Amino acid sequence: MKIAFFASCLIDQFRPSAGLAAVEVLERCGCEVVFDQRQTCCGQPAFNSGFKSEARSVCSRAVKLLDEQLEQQGCEAIVCPSGSCAAMLHHAVQLLGGAEAQMAQRVAARVYELGAFLVDVLGCTDLEAAWSGRVTWHDACHGLRDLGIRDQPRQLLSKVRGLELVEAKTCDRCCGFGGTFSVSMPGISLAMADEKLDELETLGVEAVVSGDASCLMQLEGRLRERGSSIKGLHLAEILASRESDP
Amino acid sequence: MSERGSIHHLKATDFSELYPSALTNVELRGALAFGTKLVSNRRDNTVAAVDDWQDLRDRASSIKTDVLSNLDQYLQVFEQQAQASGTHVHWASTPAEACSIITGLAEAQGAKLAVKSKSMVSEEIGLNQALEESGVRPVETDLGEWIVQIAGETPSHIVAPALHRSREDVRELFARVLGRPMPEDAEGLTEVARLELRQAFADADIGISGANFLVAETGSFLILENEGNIRMTTSLPRMHIALVGIEKVLPRLSDLDVFLRVIGRSGTGQRLTSYQTLVTGPRRTSDDDGPDEVHVVLLDNGRSSLLAEEVTSQTLGCIRCGACLNTCPVYRQIGGHAYGSVYPGPIGSILTPQLAGLHQASQLPFASSLCGACRDVCPVKIDIPEVLLHLRAKSVADGPRVRDAVTHQKIRRQVGGFKMWSWAMRSPRRYRMAGRVARVMAWMATRLPFIGRCSGPLRGWTKGRVLPTPPRRSFRAQMARRKQSGTPGGGASS
Repeated sequence: MKIAFFASCLIDQFRPSAGLAAVEVLERCGCEVVFDQRQTCCGQPAFNSGFKSEARSVCSRAVKLLDEQLEQQGCEAIVCPSGSCAAMLHHAVQLLGGAEAQMAQRVAARVYELGAFLVDVLGCTDLEAAWSGRVTWHDACHGLRDLGIRDQPRQLLSKVRGLELVEAKTCDRCCGFGGTFSVSMPGISLAMADEKLDELETLGVEAVVSGDASCLMQLEGRLRERGSSIKGLHLAEILASRESDP
Repeated sequence: MSERGSIHHLKATDFSELYPSALTNVELRGALAFGTKLVSNRRDNTVAAVDDWQDLRDRASSIKTDVLSNLDQYLQVFEQQAQASGTHVHWASTPAEACSIITGLAEAQGAKLAVKSKSMVSEEIGLNQALEESGVRPVETDLGEWIVQIAGETPSHIVAPALHRSREDVRELFARVLGRPMPEDAEGLTEVARLELRQAFADADIGISGANFLVAETGSFLILENEGNIRMTTSLPRMHIALVGIEKVLPRLSDLDVFLRVIGRSGTGQRLTSYQTLVTGPRRTSDDDGPDEVHVVLLDNGRSSLLAEEVTSQTLGCIRCGACLNTCPVYRQIGGHAYGSVYPGPIGSILTPQLAGLHQASQLPFASSLCGACRDVCPVKIDIPEVLLHLRAKSVADGPRVRDAVTHQKIRRQVGGFKMWSWAMRSPRRYRMAGRVARVMAWMATRLPFIGRCSGPLRGWTKGRVLPTPPRRSFRAQMARRKQSGTPGGGASS
């Protein structure tokens, strides 16, 4: 299957390892992955901050490029290694008006978060990945509540050789990132992260795994500040891993 | 009807000063963590035991949508039916009007003492103060509300007014106010309150309550509770006054079927509250007890101005169960008082600015990570994040007149940044440059910490978080190299 890969700006600039891992995993599943170098951001930072017209101009550009890949380049789906950017491409239908809304509808109908795509579309749960260690899963809010992704990543992780998945009670509680919220109200944002991390540190895990690089940046940033040895890992990074060295 | 309303003692413009002191209050945060976890776990468990929960939510939501699209008609039917059963109906478009209707009724009765059951609308209009000013002593009879009253505070939660106080805290308060030693346990403390309140019930001239629902078909109002104090408030004094927001009307008695099933589970994790008091008119000759006069005061206070748009009118669907407060990760950290409004938490963050005007509470819609937990638990399916986003966009688009000073400063600082950002994001070349600059900045800040402390967003981030070490090459650069070397996946390049 030929797919358009929407990397997300955060992964592109700050966590390329997750993007490359996602591409590798998709190719391993037999996909032809097309990454359009013209893509930038989905518009989410401005949209969530109330800057609608700025969000619209950036989002409409992303939607046009992706629609072109679907309609003219024969891509059958769009895969994004971020639940919140995939959710933003769903919000685009309402954000954009007129003819662009139709494009946005086509894009929204075919955009998938990585884990959901692997399980729901390709039906792949066992990627023959190997990663030894104990980890816990963090449900990123937009993936969980906007896109309904809960079981897919757990199914994928349960098939990873050597990996032990332990559930945290706070797995579906927000990490406190929230885009500009994290820098405009840092005190609340950190208190939210700490509520999760207090539990995480009792679980004896080596890493917290998530499908969103933004949550990982928040959790890792706070874990390092607290002097914890727990790492943050993107789902794709685990799934691409073949060796048994965490 | 009034365009915009007002909220008593509103100080949501102080949010930026209130929440940091809440965060450093260790006792408060302990009480909050305990209370919110307890109630939201109970809620989750009772909801999980209902097979058709989503169906119930759909039905509740569609009844509310119908009510809000035909509110004027249902209110008229309610008025006619209530009058037919002997209830007096009063219309108040402002808090001042509502207060003067109620104090007028109290005066005509020669009332000196009023027993009250918990009513957020009475907090909204500052009824206790109005009563005191007209010589009537209001006594709150809900345990939590009484605690808050004798402490000289406002409720911090719409269902559990004293959620911010621990048991030890309450014991000390009782000992101080009543001037005698107090028992340690919760039961003993409740007994103390019960005895104190018993006399007030016996002496009261009027009873004042809110209502959870008005039933248009029968002209009745329904009040839910667990302590029995509402049953006493509505049946012992000679006169009863119910103060109710206009959005609380339901078309039919049978609609209560759905709402009774969702409200107890959502609010306190109960299948049904201990008492349901349905009042239809005053005491009849055959009745053993009940008031001789029943009055319903219907309050608008800005509510009708929300009806104009679908995105805003859904806010009026709220049945005040408080589930969104208990699950909200922001509320759980800072508690209700930090919001500076009688309506705190997620629902308060959309209700307060819409009732009192955005300029009075423009920081509240930004006090959220948009995690959506509130939307998931809402029994009437209010899309709170959607309304938060709507209000944020309004703050940005409508300019200084809809913002408080703090929001204005923040948005003014962001305007240039987002303009530059959108300019950069519209061209791959500019985007690559911007990305490189961001990575170099982050790299420098990880080595020279003072950089992180001086500029805006970086400063916010480095308060308590380590910056990620930026990679040398972006994903796109690595994909381009991969393509050049002949590996698949490089795709179309500009």
